[in-house]
Amino acid sequence: MLDTELRTMIDEVKDGRMDRRGFVQRMLAFGLTAPMATQLLAIGGVAMAQSPAPYKPTKRGGGGPLKLLWWQGATLLNPHFATGTKDQDGSRLFYEPLASWDGDGNLNPILAAEIPSIKNGGLAADAKSVTWKIKPGVKWHDGKPLTADDLVFTWEYSNDPATAAVSKGVYGDIKVEKVDDLTVRVLFKAPTPFWANAFVGAYGCILPKHLFAEYKGAKSREAPNNLKPIGTGPYKFVEFKPGDVVRGEINMDYHMPNRPHFDTVEMKGGGDAVSAARAVIQTGEYDFAWNMQVEDEVLLRLEKGGKGKTSYAVGGDIEFIMINFTDPNTEVDGERSSMKTKHPILSDAKVRKALSLLVDREAVQKVIYGRAGRITANYLNGPAQYVSKNTSWEFSIEKANKLLDEAGWKLGADGVREKDGKKLKLVYQTSINGPRQKTQAIVKQACQKAGIDVELKSVVASVFFSSDVANPDTYSKFYADLEMFQIPMTQPDPALHMRRYLSKNVATKENKWQGQNFPRWVNKEFDAAIEQAEGEIDPIKRASLYIKANDIMWQDTMVIPVMHRLKVEATSNSLRPVLSGWSNETDNIQDWYREATG
Amino acid sequence: MGQYVLRRLLIAVPSLLGISLVLFIVLALAPGDPFSELATNPNVPPEVGAALRAKFGLDDPIYIRYLRWLAAMAQGDWGFSFVSRMNVDTLILQRLPTTLYVIGSAQILALLVAIPVGVFAATRPYSIFDQIANTLAFIGFSLPTFFTGLLFILIFSVTLDWLPFVYSTDVKGTGISWLFGQIRQAIMPVMVLGLFQGASMTRFVRSAMLDVIRLDYVTTARAKGLGQARVIVKHAMRNAMIPVVTLIALQMPAIFGGAIVTEQIFRIPGIGSLLISSILSNDTPVIMAVTFVFACLVVFFNLIADVLYGWLDPRISFR
Repeated sequence: MLDTELRTMIDEVKDGRMDRRGFVQRMLAFGLTAPMATQLLAIGGVAMAQSPAPYKPTKRGGGGPLKLLWWQGATLLNPHFATGTKDQDGSRLFYEPLASWDGDGNLNPILAAEIPSIKNGGLAADAKSVTWKIKPGVKWHDGKPLTADDLVFTWEYSNDPATAAVSKGVYGDIKVEKVDDLTVRVLFKAPTPFWANAFVGAYGCILPKHLFAEYKGAKSREAPNNLKPIGTGPYKFVEFKPGDVVRGEINMDYHMPNRPHFDTVEMKGGGDAVSAARAVIQTGEYDFAWNMQVEDEVLLRLEKGGKGKTSYAVGGDIEFIMINFTDPNTEVDGERSSMKTKHPILSDAKVRKALSLLVDREAVQKVIYGRAGRITANYLNGPAQYVSKNTSWEFSIEKANKLLDEAGWKLGADGVREKDGKKLKLVYQTSINGPRQKTQAIVKQACQKAGIDVELKSVVASVFFSSDVANPDTYSKFYADLEMFQIPMTQPDPALHMRRYLSKNVATKENKWQGQNFPRWVNKEFDAAIEQAEGEIDPIKRASLYIKANDIMWQDTMVIPVMHRLKVEATSNSLRPVLSGWSNETDNIQDWYREATG
Repeated sequence: MGQYVLRRLLIAVPSLLGISLVLFIVLALAPGDPFSELATNPNVPPEVGAALRAKFGLDDPIYIRYLRWLAAMAQGDWGFSFVSRMNVDTLILQRLPTTLYVIGSAQILALLVAIPVGVFAATRPYSIFDQIANTLAFIGFSLPTFFTGLLFILIFSVTLDWLPFVYSTDVKGTGISWLFGQIRQAIMPVMVLGLFQGASMTRFVRSAMLDVIRLDYVTTARAKGLGQARVIVKHAMRNAMIPVVTLIALQMPAIFGGAIVTEQIFRIPGIGSLLISSILSNDTPVIMAVTFVFACLVVFFNLIADVLYGWLDPRISFR
C-alpha cells in the first residue's frame, strides 16, 4: 500500500502538484527520514532541492576569528589518511568534496556545479553510473585551476593499496573516468542505489593532482602537503601542530559568493569534553565545541546564565546491547564463541525477548542521555524513510518473568533462576565510559528482579575497541554473553550500517575477527533482504527491504537497541553554525556566520 | 672534573640502552592497537589496516623491531608517528618550548618561594612565621594539581573572568601585548605547578637549614662576630643547598610527569599532553620517544646534581 501511495506522491511532486517540503513531511509521517525522502525523490526523477542555507552576511570576511574547540585535536590533515572524525574535521577546513549532506539529508553542492539527477542526465537510469559536473572557475589555494584530472587522481590515489588510504572502501569498487575538463563519470560494477558516496562528505575531499602526483602509493607518507594542505576550501592553511591546533585564514578567492564570513579559523584540540563545554557555554572563550559527551544535567547547569547553548543534530547513531548467539565459555578448536557452538542460554528466543523487556530505556534516557538521546526499538534509526514503524519496545519485569517461566527457568532459593542445574548467569561487558556503566547498573537491577544474575564487566576503551588479535577482551571477540557499545552511522544510507550482520560477516578466528557480525547471528531471511536491497534501484522497494531487515532483527531480538543518540555540540549564542547529523561538524563550515547582535 | 663528567656520561650509555630495551618490550607487549580506530570503521576495509601494519613493520618479531629502532635512533631518526604520519622529532620539537616555558617558570617560582621561606623559617623555628609556612606547605603538597587546577579555573576564569583557561598556542598581538598575553595565560598553570613544587621544597629547605645551622662551624662564624645575614647566606646556606640540589635534580623528571596533568587541564600543548594522546591512540613510536626523553632527563639531571655537589662543597672530590 505504501508502495503505490509513494509512487503517486512522487509523481505529484514531479508534476508540481505537491511541493518537496510537503512530500518530505508526509514521508516523515510514514516513518521515513528526510534524507531518505529526498533520495526517493532524486531516484524518482525529481532533482534534489538546492537547500539554501539561511546565510546572511553580504560580503566576504569581516567576521573576525572563529574559535573552535575539539577535545581531541586533529592529528593529521590528509582526509584520505584520517583516523576518526577529528582528522576529517580538520582537513575539511581546507579540502572540499563535490557535495555534502545537510541536516535534512539533502545533498548540498560544494564543488559540483549541480547535484546529479535523472532529469539533468547526471544519474544513469540503470544506476550504474553518475556524471558529476564541476563548478567552473574553482582554484586551488596556490592558484592552479581545479579540473576533472584532480578527481580522477584522487580516485587513483585512494585506490592504490600501497597508499593505505582509509577511503579505500569508498573508491575501491568504482571506476572514475574523465569526460571533459570539468566533468567526470563514476562507474559502478553493479547497479548502485546509493550513488552519492565517492566525492561526497568526509572521504569525498579532492586532492590536488599537481601536488600529490609524485606521492602516490608507497611514497604517500613523504608528501610535504600531508602537513600543509592546499585545497579549494574557504580557509587557507596557516599552521598545524598535531593534536594541538589547526589554523587557517580567509580564502579571498573562495568560489562561493560572500563566503566565508570569518577572517581566521582556529581549531584547538586537547582536554576533555566537560571543560570544552565550559569554555564555550559558560565563559565564552571559544565559539564552538565538538561532541559534548557530557551528561545532560551538567550541560543544563552550564547553560544557566551562560554565554552559549547546546545544539543537536539528528543522525542514525545507535547505542545497543548485542546478544551472543555462540557459547563464550566453551572452546572449540582453540576458539571461544565459535560458530560450532550455540549459546546455552541465549539461543532461546524467549530469554532474549525477556532481556529486551528488562532494559528500561525510559530510565536510561531520563537519568543518562537527556536531550542527547531518543528512545527506540529499532536498530536502523535514519534517514526517516528507512525507519520501521512496525516495532515497539516495552519495559516489564512481569512479562519478562513470565517469558522466563515459559522457557523453563525456575526461580531458585537464592533468587536466581535455574534450569537443568544451570544458573541463569550472564556476563555483560562494555567499554569504560560513565554513561555505559550507569546503563549497565540500570539493566542489572532490572535483571535481578527477574531472577537473572548479571555480572558486569568494563574494559578500557582502547582495549575493547582494538583489533588486537591477541587480546581476549575486544568487542570483536565478544567473549561474553552481552556487550554494549555504539555504532555510528556514517552516511545517510543504511547499506554499510546493515550489512554487518550478514552471515558471511561473522567474526571468527579464521578471519582474525575482522568480520563485523559480532553476535555471530545467522539468519537467511535477513541475508536475503539485505542482498536484495543492495542491488535494488527502486528507492521505495529498497527502503521497504531495509525496514524488513530491521524488523527481522527486532523480531529475533538479536540486538537490544537502547538509545538513538544525537550529536551534541556547544555553540556560543551569536554563532550560527550549519550542522547535520549526516555529515561532519565542519562539512558546511563555509555557511557558518556570526549574528551581528550577539 | 672533565674526566669525571666523561666517565659519568659513559656509564649513562648502557643504562639508557637498558631503559630503552625495557620500554620497547613493555610497549610491544602492551595491549592496544594503533590502528584500532580504522578497524572499527566499517568504511575502511581491513586490508588498509593490514597494509599499514606491513608498512610500519608491525608484524615483524620484537627483537627485529627493537634493533631497527636502535639503528635508526643511532642515526638521529626518532621514528615515525603512526597517527600523525609525521616524524616524531618534529612532533616533540613543536612541543618542547611550551613545556620548557611552563615547567621552567614553575620551577623558578617554586625556588623563589621555597628558598627564602624555608631559610627564614629555619632561622626562627617554631615561631608564628614558621608555623604558618609549615601549615601552608602541608596544604600545598597535599592537594593534587588536578584539584587546585580546577579550583583556580573556577575562581579565576569562571567566577572572576580574569584569566583564560585554554592555553592558546597563538597569542594575538605583538611586542608588549604578546608578552602580556603569554604571561597571562601561563599564570594559572605556573601557579598550580609552582606552588605544588614549592610547598614540598620549602619543607626540605627548612629541615636542611635546621641541620646545618646547629653545626659548630656556624657557631664559630657567629662567634667571630659576623652578621646574621652573612652567616646564614655565606656559611650555612651553601652547605644546606646540597640535599636541596639533589632533591631538585631528581625531581625534575617527575615534574615533567606532574606537568602531564596540568597540561591536560589547561590544554597546554606540551610534551605531557603529547604523551597522553599518544598513549590513548597507541601511537607507540611517539610513546617510546617521549618516555625515552624522560629517561634521558633522569640521567642528565643526575649528572648535573653530581657536578653541582662538587661546586657547592669542594670536599666532595671527583674520584
